[in-house]
Amino acid sequence: MKHTISVLVENEFGVLSRISGLFSGRGFNIESLSVAPTLEPNISRMTLVTRGDDRILEQINKQLNKLISTIKVVDFTGEQYVERELALIKVTAEADQRAEALRIVDIFRANVVDVTPKSYTVQITGAPAKIDGLIELLRPMGIKEIVRSGPIVMGRGAKGVTG
Amino acid sequence: MELTGSQILLESLQKEGVDTVFGYPGGAVINIYDDLFDSPIEHVLTRHEQAAVHAADGYARCTGKVGVVIATSGPGATNTVTGIATAYMDSIPMVVITGQVPTPLIGNDAFQEADMCGITRPCTKHNFLVQDIKDLARTIKEAFYIARTGRPGPVLIDLPKDIQVTKYKFKYPDKVSLRGYKPTYTGNKRQISKAAKMLLDAKRPVFYVGGGINLSAANEELVKLTEMTQTPVTTTLMAMSGFPQDHALALGMLGMHGTFYANMAVTECDLLVAIGARFDDRVTGRIDAFAKKAKVIHIDIDPTSIKKNVAVDLPIVGDLKDVLSQLGAALAEKPDELQKLVSKTTEWRETVDEWKQKHPMAYKHSESTIKPQFVIEKVRELTEDDAIITTEVGQHQMWTAQFFQFRQPRTFLTSGGLGTMGYGLPAALGAQVAYPERQVVDISGDGSFQMNSQELATLVQYKLPVKIVILNNNYLGMVRQWQQMFFDKRYSQTVMELPIDFIKLAEAYGAAGLQCDKVGDVEATIKKALEIPGPVLMEFKISREENVLPMVPAGKGIHEMVLAS
Repeated sequence: MKHTISVLVENEFGVLSRISGLFSGRGFNIESLSVAPTLEPNISRMTLVTRGDDRILEQINKQLNKLISTIKVVDFTGEQYVERELALIKVTAEADQRAEALRIVDIFRANVVDVTPKSYTVQITGAPAKIDGLIELLRPMGIKEIVRSGPIVMGRGAKGVTG
Repeated sequence: MELTGSQILLESLQKEGVDTVFGYPGGAVINIYDDLFDSPIEHVLTRHEQAAVHAADGYARCTGKVGVVIATSGPGATNTVTGIATAYMDSIPMVVITGQVPTPLIGNDAFQEADMCGITRPCTKHNFLVQDIKDLARTIKEAFYIARTGRPGPVLIDLPKDIQVTKYKFKYPDKVSLRGYKPTYTGNKRQISKAAKMLLDAKRPVFYVGGGINLSAANEELVKLTEMTQTPVTTTLMAMSGFPQDHALALGMLGMHGTFYANMAVTECDLLVAIGARFDDRVTGRIDAFAKKAKVIHIDIDPTSIKKNVAVDLPIVGDLKDVLSQLGAALAEKPDELQKLVSKTTEWRETVDEWKQKHPMAYKHSESTIKPQFVIEKVRELTEDDAIITTEVGQHQMWTAQFFQFRQPRTFLTSGGLGTMGYGLPAALGAQVAYPERQVVDISGDGSFQMNSQELATLVQYKLPVKIVILNNNYLGMVRQWQQMFFDKRYSQTVMELPIDFIKLAEAYGAAGLQCDKVGDVEATIKKALEIPGPVLMEFKISREENVLPMVPAGKGIHEMVLAS
């Protein structure tokens, strides 16, 4: 089962390798990972997507907590949360295809952020499934390049997760 | 007062109560060694950095203090890795200080540069690269705190050469604040009262005790709880000295080379209380056959140990000393039920005793060849109760665990988790430094001994009267045993073709050497060695193809043992 986990860590030398090394060393799966500092500059927040059964997830949770650099671990599975991912997609857009490409971009409420006579660079934000949907529709036109941020998540409601 | 980085290091070590360090100098720590020259801290110069770490490890295991190591950058630092991994697997508190190339050169493939934080990340509890002199004192404080608290473990501090010479105001912090590290010491009351109930409800309980018992110094609490509930106790390799092995309720070791009765008791029990143990594969054998009939209570200070390998019915996170005394107190409140427990488990103890009588730990004594088990029994007989025994890794290690009746805590130092050959001699060295007056014996094999035999020099230099018992079969015996049993006796690379003259080797270093090849001389040899004031190497020519039994073959349940005939 897929789990999206937020990890608050000390924003210090080598912390990313501690987390990624933990996953590779113990054979845990890691599908995506995004990291950036929080309001407190000495705390970074990582959002990672992993898969595993309950036993593995319990271990992932405990092992992450065991790291000295880890301040807090939140598994959002079963919680109400907002999930967003950003993607940039460079799609072939020549002559007769240009209008169709724009129509699709509009339907997904995506934006064109760079234009050439032969291509559009499309920016989309949303849940990963929405991005998958756009990619499927643009694929027949020829996708030259794609970059995805990996999802970030935040719990719904007034309560915040802080260090 | 302004001090240089290396002075700050040595001052900080003293603030931590460190009076002895083990190490080896080199270019990237030369400033530290210059200051060490005038420092009250004793430095023990080993002949290899790996040995320095094992020595600090042995020192830590027998005293409970944090072992401290200093090594230079690059090869000096990489040589410490096996020692660090050994300490990590067995949760031994240790601080390793490695020199590093100057900060501007880091990442440049400089001379004797190695990325020690990268290399040791998976085998340390935590590590630090000091990049600013301002952080040095705080880093040392945190390193010692992390090493000795919670589930202990090794911590590495990588200290660049330029930081060692930079001056800064020295103030040692009073306390640490690590928001990501708060180990749980006190066991949850409600969980503990549930545990008490489960224990009172049990008909066939067993205590399965691991190395945590020594780390937590909960030995007395365990004995008390055991006697109160009359529960049989099996110990892992790491806990053989954690519970008196001559106790009527002691079942000895369990697992791959465990006793018949320990393995049967675990297989048949209806309640398994895991106490500071981690269900290692050498303990469990085939995991789905392990303690199948039992409910499991798991007490451990490290939450990751719980439910890692087996399902647990009742987890209790906490320090054993606290949890066991709480559990004892909870049971003491119910004297009637406790009495009922003791009487309804009588039958269980009788069953266990029948197993003990049916297949006791035994070997076939011989008058013509020296049996290794016989030598070990004689060493036990002739040494003091508080003698510290170390081993290397292999057959001799298992025989020692099986036949040496340990009676006092922290008297058995052995590499359990990592299984590091070459551990025993330097560990004995460290133990002897810690306790100059106690007897220290390294029980070794001819293979393992050669992995750190250079430490004979250190023993002689520091007048450390360690006694070394080499059980020489001219084989890498444990691998040979597997080849005999599972590979059709194809002894691939396990025959030590070249017979080493161990006596001359000992003498070359200035130690005494005694050889024994007759059963009748075993006792006299050990006695003589114990009387010689300095280090002595004893070589016993043992029966070559003696096997370690019982043995649970790989992939089998622990009740499916190959027994001694």
